Amino acid sequence: MISIKNISKSFEDIQAVKDVSIQIEEGELFGLLGPDGAGKSTLLRMVNSLMIPDEGTIRLWDLDPVKDYKKVRYIIGYMPGKFSLYTDLTIEENLEFFATVFGTTVEENYYLIKDIYQQIEPFKNRRAGKLSGGMKQKLALSCALIHKPKLLVLDEPTTGVDAVSRAEFWEMLQSLKEKGITIIVSTPYMDEAQLCDRVALMQGGEIHACDKPAHIVQQFQYPIRGVKTSNIYKALLDLRTYKSTHNVYPFGEFLHWVSKEQLFNDEEVIIFLKDRGHLNVQVRDIDPDIEDCFIELTQFNEKINA
Amino acid sequence: MHNQSHEINSTEPIIKVDKLVKRFGNFEANKSLCFHVDKGEIFGFLGANGAGKTTAMRILSGLSKPTSGEVWVAGFNVNTHPESIKKNIGYMSQKFSLFEDLTIWENMRFFSAVYSMSKKQFKERGQELLQELGIWEERNRMVHDLSLGWKQKLAFTVAIMHKPAIVFLDEPTSGVDPITRRQFWEMIYEASAEGITVFVTTHYMDEAEYCNRVSIMVDGRIDALDTPENLKKQFNALNMNEVFIKLARPAVNSSQ
Amino acid sequence: MKRFKAFVKKEFLHIFRDSRTMLILVAMPMVQILIFGFVISSEIKNASIAILDKSKDELTQEATQKLLSSGYFRLDKYLKSEQELETAFKRDRVKMTIVFEPGFAKHFYSDKTANVQLITDASDANTARILSNYASMILRDFQQSHNATIPNGNSLINTEVRMFYNENLDGVYMSVPGIMAMILMLVSAMMTSISITKEKEFGSMEVLLISPLKPFQIIIGKVTPYIFMALINTLSILAMGYWVFHVPIKGSLFLLLFEATLFTILALSLGIFISTVAKNQMVAMFMSMFALMLPTILLSGFIFPIENMPFPLRMISNIIPPRWFIIVVKKIMLKGAGIAYVWKETLILMGFIVLFVGLSIKKFKVRVE
Repeated sequence: MISIKNISKSFEDIQAVKDVSIQIEEGELFGLLGPDGAGKSTLLRMVNSLMIPDEGTIRLWDLDPVKDYKKVRYIIGYMPGKFSLYTDLTIEENLEFFATVFGTTVEENYYLIKDIYQQIEPFKNRRAGKLSGGMKQKLALSCALIHKPKLLVLDEPTTGVDAVSRAEFWEMLQSLKEKGITIIVSTPYMDEAQLCDRVALMQGGEIHACDKPAHIVQQFQYPIRGVKTSNIYKALLDLRTYKSTHNVYPFGEFLHWVSKEQLFNDEEVIIFLKDRGHLNVQVRDIDPDIEDCFIELTQFNEKINA
Repeated sequence: MHNQSHEINSTEPIIKVDKLVKRFGNFEANKSLCFHVDKGEIFGFLGANGAGKTTAMRILSGLSKPTSGEVWVAGFNVNTHPESIKKNIGYMSQKFSLFEDLTIWENMRFFSAVYSMSKKQFKERGQELLQELGIWEERNRMVHDLSLGWKQKLAFTVAIMHKPAIVFLDEPTSGVDPITRRQFWEMIYEASAEGITVFVTTHYMDEAEYCNRVSIMVDGRIDALDTPENLKKQFNALNMNEVFIKLARPAVNSSQ
Repeated sequence: MKRFKAFVKKEFLHIFRDSRTMLILVAMPMVQILIFGFVISSEIKNASIAILDKSKDELTQEATQKLLSSGYFRLDKYLKSEQELETAFKRDRVKMTIVFEPGFAKHFYSDKTANVQLITDASDANTARILSNYASMILRDFQQSHNATIPNGNSLINTEVRMFYNENLDGVYMSVPGIMAMILMLVSAMMTSISITKEKEFGSMEVLLISPLKPFQIIIGKVTPYIFMALINTLSILAMGYWVFHVPIKGSLFLLLFEATLFTILALSLGIFISTVAKNQMVAMFMSMFALMLPTILLSGFIFPIENMPFPLRMISNIIPPRWFIIVVKKIMLKGAGIAYVWKETLILMGFIVLFVGLSIKKFKVRVE
């Protein structure tokens, strides 16, 4: 079990992490959602013992990453944000190197990485620098797993990776979870929240919500509608001027329109838009998703400085 | 499966690509691409990592030459007039946007000079754009002090400062927060309403839906090209993410 | 130990797979020493000389004839007095001036000893050495043939060689220790500092830190291959110096290699220290260039003699490690000195090692900033 209590960390004049407290259960697949600069990497580095918090305490089971960092480093598998393997070594050489460094052999824990590694094994003599994004990711994950860690810490493993490889990566995480490994993964992609047991929404160094994705969505307190007309951009600008608008923003094919009034009639919205010359006006019921919640929770947070 | 059912604009398309092939040694990165982009269109250029998007983008922006085929951008042939193309386009990528150690205003002045704007033009246009963004007072701040979201919004502003015919955006919103991402897309809508053609790549599939038309590259070919709505119908999918995965998954796996 | 071996293996793979590194490690030492060697030692023909004949007797004229007919020297001018020496060297660019003492023949025949001064421009040390050697040889020849013509001929022509501008005559002999210091510095300090910061830059250092590898294992693992490379370089420089340029190794080869290894370790500890301070490869490279390479070239006595430096620079040269190494190598190679004569410098080198290793350990972080 991982407990993070009142953790803060500053760099010079920037407070990267502000009073963060999270509990992660054993065997959980926990998602840390937030954009670049939210403080995700800093938080993960404090968990994995690479950084010391200014304030607060962290416990990985009974270990303190500050004092017991040597022990912590045996039980953690870590994939940093950047692709961090040796590009001039082959797939096989990378894997063997990390296995030896962690005091194990590829054979010993092969069962753990088998599903992942088999997909890249035919190319084991290819240098890591020549791999595609998805393959690099699989290799990095194999290397992080080779010593059979209790806790897997993954910093933005899917950033910059195409949707197909991302989907596959999450399937791999799911199967690792089934093997009993606790996983903390950070991501800027909100749609990946639904693949986690629980998520924390992070922005500006703070946690704005931390719960099961379904629970976070239930907390969304405003009625929300999907709106579409023949001219989406104009509809967006027009709806901003509508009296009961709380928020409106593009969301895929539709605009998401959030009402500040609990009771209202869809017809009124349609008439409002039709009056402004919109054709093919559609208003439909939708369920808010994590991204709607994130926008709602962080919309007053915008600052120009990093 | 080239879907050309989309209505053909009466005016000449701003980008015309005919049987574009690019080879590196034995490897064919682009396999006879054919498509066009209309003026003022927001054109989404999707594809898995390594499908050949970057190669094609480099050719379209005059940075490299096709092995064979004809490519016309903003009325110029990339084989014969790459320099004229560069003058008429704007470019922004997630990897490099602005010089970190210059102020906002210094960056803008530099790029205005690169695109040979007059001093007067630059001052007027620069002030207008920064005021629209609401950061005119902040113009003397160093770029490295800005948040990623603001950097990207500014980079886009700089890319369209000289009113190019087309702006190429390479994963412009990667890592940006959901709110800023949407503000960014509003800026794209606005530019498009001003008649600037937008050619954009992204890994966010919801952003694909904001495009007028979307092409999906798989293994060096364009395997689908249509409006997001038609693509969803055609592939019987709820959203673009599904369309993308249905198209690209077999290829991603077989190429490994 | 297994971990350590894996680490060293990985480092060797990095080195062997990067053609640029291989080039620096293997080709550069050869090229450097060839360039220095050949620039300095060129075959001498028709070197212009001046003659100051204070005696003007038959014997001196005969000797002059003999010198000029050898083909090595070309007479630029006769000097009238010592005052003209300076201008002869500076303006007329003569390489050597031969001064016959007054009453040369008289001294030779009656006093049995006549004196000749060979004054050379030793700013080009190698040429100076060769010219004075040739001239001495010719004069010795001349002396012998004359002794044969007179009964009881055992007179002597005493040649006194004087150097202008570089009294110690350091030439190609000097450049071998200097090049060795430079190459070892480059290979050990610069290459290690770059290879460690590279891991920081690419993010792989984070993964290494978080592994059970201990910091000293990471450092020693990084450094071991370069000790080998440096040893190979030392041997190749010595071999080239010995066979191509005939630089002698008068002292013990074993002692020489021991000192070279000591200096390599010193350079490595400097490289490690730089890598703990530098954020990325570029910074590491610049720090190595400016903090290590330039002082090695300029202040260690490699190119400019320390004695001729202004006082403040002489003081600074004391804290330039290669300075001490160069002294040691010169003593061992050229003078045949044993440990009894170089223990002081050896201790200084060891002191530097302790200092930099200590600083590095203090600075090396088991965490990221």
